[in-house]
Amino acid sequence: MDLPKLPVGDAIEVLVDWIEQYFGWLLDGISAVLGFLIGGLQDLLLAMPAPILILLATALVWFVTRRDIRLAGLTVLGLLLIWDLQLWNLAMLTLALVLVSTIVALAISIPLGIVAAGSDAINAALRPILDFMQTMPPFVYLIPAVIFFGLGNVPGTIATVVFAMPPALRLTNLGIRQVPVELIEVADAFGSTPQQKLFKVQLPVALPTIMAGVNQCIMLALSMTVIASMIGAGGLGYQVLVGIQRVNIGMGFEAGLAIVIIAIILDRITQNLMPQQVGDR
Amino acid sequence: MLEGSVISDNLSEDENSRSLQPTISVESLTRVFGQDHKKALELRNSGCSKDEIYEETRNTLALYNVSFEVMPGEIFVLMGLSGSGKSTLLRCINRLIEPTSGRVLIGGEDIVSMSQDELREVRRRSLGMIFQSFALLPHRTVLDNIAFGLEIQGIPEDERYQRGKELLRIVGLGEHGASMPSQLSGGMKQRVGLARALAGDPEILLMDEAFSALDPLIRRGMQDELLDLQQRLKRTIIFVTHDLDEALKLGDRIALMKDGEIVQVGTPEEILTNPVDAYVEQFVAGVDMTKVLSASDVMRRPEPVARYNAGPRVALHLMEEHDIGSVFVVDRERRLKGLVTLDDALEAVRAGRGLEEIIITGVPTVALDASLADIISLIAGSPYPVAAVDDESRLQGLIFRGAILGALARKRRDVNGSA
Repeated sequence: MDLPKLPVGDAIEVLVDWIEQYFGWLLDGISAVLGFLIGGLQDLLLAMPAPILILLATALVWFVTRRDIRLAGLTVLGLLLIWDLQLWNLAMLTLALVLVSTIVALAISIPLGIVAAGSDAINAALRPILDFMQTMPPFVYLIPAVIFFGLGNVPGTIATVVFAMPPALRLTNLGIRQVPVELIEVADAFGSTPQQKLFKVQLPVALPTIMAGVNQCIMLALSMTVIASMIGAGGLGYQVLVGIQRVNIGMGFEAGLAIVIIAIILDRITQNLMPQQVGDR
Repeated sequence: MLEGSVISDNLSEDENSRSLQPTISVESLTRVFGQDHKKALELRNSGCSKDEIYEETRNTLALYNVSFEVMPGEIFVLMGLSGSGKSTLLRCINRLIEPTSGRVLIGGEDIVSMSQDELREVRRRSLGMIFQSFALLPHRTVLDNIAFGLEIQGIPEDERYQRGKELLRIVGLGEHGASMPSQLSGGMKQRVGLARALAGDPEILLMDEAFSALDPLIRRGMQDELLDLQQRLKRTIIFVTHDLDEALKLGDRIALMKDGEIVQVGTPEEILTNPVDAYVEQFVAGVDMTKVLSASDVMRRPEPVARYNAGPRVALHLMEEHDIGSVFVVDRERRLKGLVTLDDALEAVRAGRGLEEIIITGVPTVALDASLADIISLIAGSPYPVAAVDDESRLQGLIFRGAILGALARKRRDVNGSA
């Protein structure tokens, strides 16, 4: 005997139709803004000749790592290799996609993390949603992204934002909750307003943990670029996808290597953004 | 220090007694941790203990019906074992913990019924707090930590840095303004904590086990510095500690707490010599009395003394009349000049010399508040009685070996025998 199949799929389709009908304007707006940001950032990165950008990136690494000569050297060599492999334009598009997704993801996740840290009820409500977002295979995000935003860089960014958000939110929440209770008492005992407590005590003390979340967010965004290329997001990820489709190992490897280089550079920069550890526990 | 009865008598009187208004007045303060406050309090009223109440309701009666007053310029010590409610009580005074019922009057205003805005103002204006774990903000320099309270109040940067540097000097950390807290030792951290609490110039300091995390040696140093500072600054201090020696050293009055209630309030002397019940007695049993009693507790009236301008004959006469081997010599203002022995006086009379030729100067003296421990070591090395002198080196009393032993024996009997 067959059980009657519940119309889950049908319900989702109805929901999607409803959203498109009533919130189409919002989707179009988001699409336009994201498209503009990605295009603008890519144009900006490409407006500079590659050697100059390589120098700037190296200087940035040199500066934030407090003159780590090895990392600066690695940055120069890595970026020169990307340039040499003629993957520069694609790499800049990937960088633009990653940066825009990360900024959007952080703009949502850090405030939500702060709110969740301040309210057990909101934290309890958010937790299953975050679990869901993190355990769902990332490919699944591609479907609604395509439905609402079509093909291209914008739906790729949307899927990336959803995928990259949870760790930043969780770590912001955790970092604030782990601020020692005496420091909260200090803020209160000296007559802080809730805003002063947040900005002068909670956020600065939680900053190392929050920065770990930012780092995770960037790394996840970068790892999503290959997956997002399946719905038309461009850049190095797309190059990898083409390599897979044509069984062209050389092409796939070169693009993959470029992604790894960018990942390492971004990771080292964000890990060193924190001022010298001043823990006092 | 003022007696409890004096305080309450004067409270009802007119404006002349205004200086005797308590700075802080805690009235029947109760705090229950848990859901069922009413049930917990009913059980308490029917005589259940804190543990029984917890068994029955899963509520902790942290404070029950606590009342006391703290006078301006007083160091009031809350003492008790861990779990006795002393830190909770301290936190109720600035409402870091909300009292379940009762009132806390600061300068006549009830903190408990204030709005958040009013409470914030009082915290900024009149309440400084110092924490056991120092609780310095790890991301801020020492100077920015000290200026934290001023920053919260919206005071401009140069003004608060100026004040911060002034306080750095007061607590003896002049050069460490730019250091991070992690670079400081424990004692230095707590100096920063003290400076931070003083920065806003509050009349009240709440000190929660402020020195308990420090090494014994550094802790004693900090206690001395606090007393020095208090002489100059005259704040009203509530000091929480579990250390009886610390309480006795710092406290003008001590409140001994047990299971969320105050068992006894009194001066250190009163607590030691007049414990109200077996618990207090047990608590103070291990006290080293030589650190509690001072010169003024054991000295005798300085009789007789020889006047400096009198001759050796007079001194000799005094010694013979009182059957003593030496006599102290003072000038017209009773300032101590030295000591003359019987043998020297006899010799001087025979040879016709004056008192100034035989006087022994540099005899050991102690201040009136010197502890017995200090006096014992002095007297052990001296063949003469020790002279107790006041700030202007006027002779106030004489301390004999026998008096010290007698005082120690008597106090011990008082403490042990009053159950």
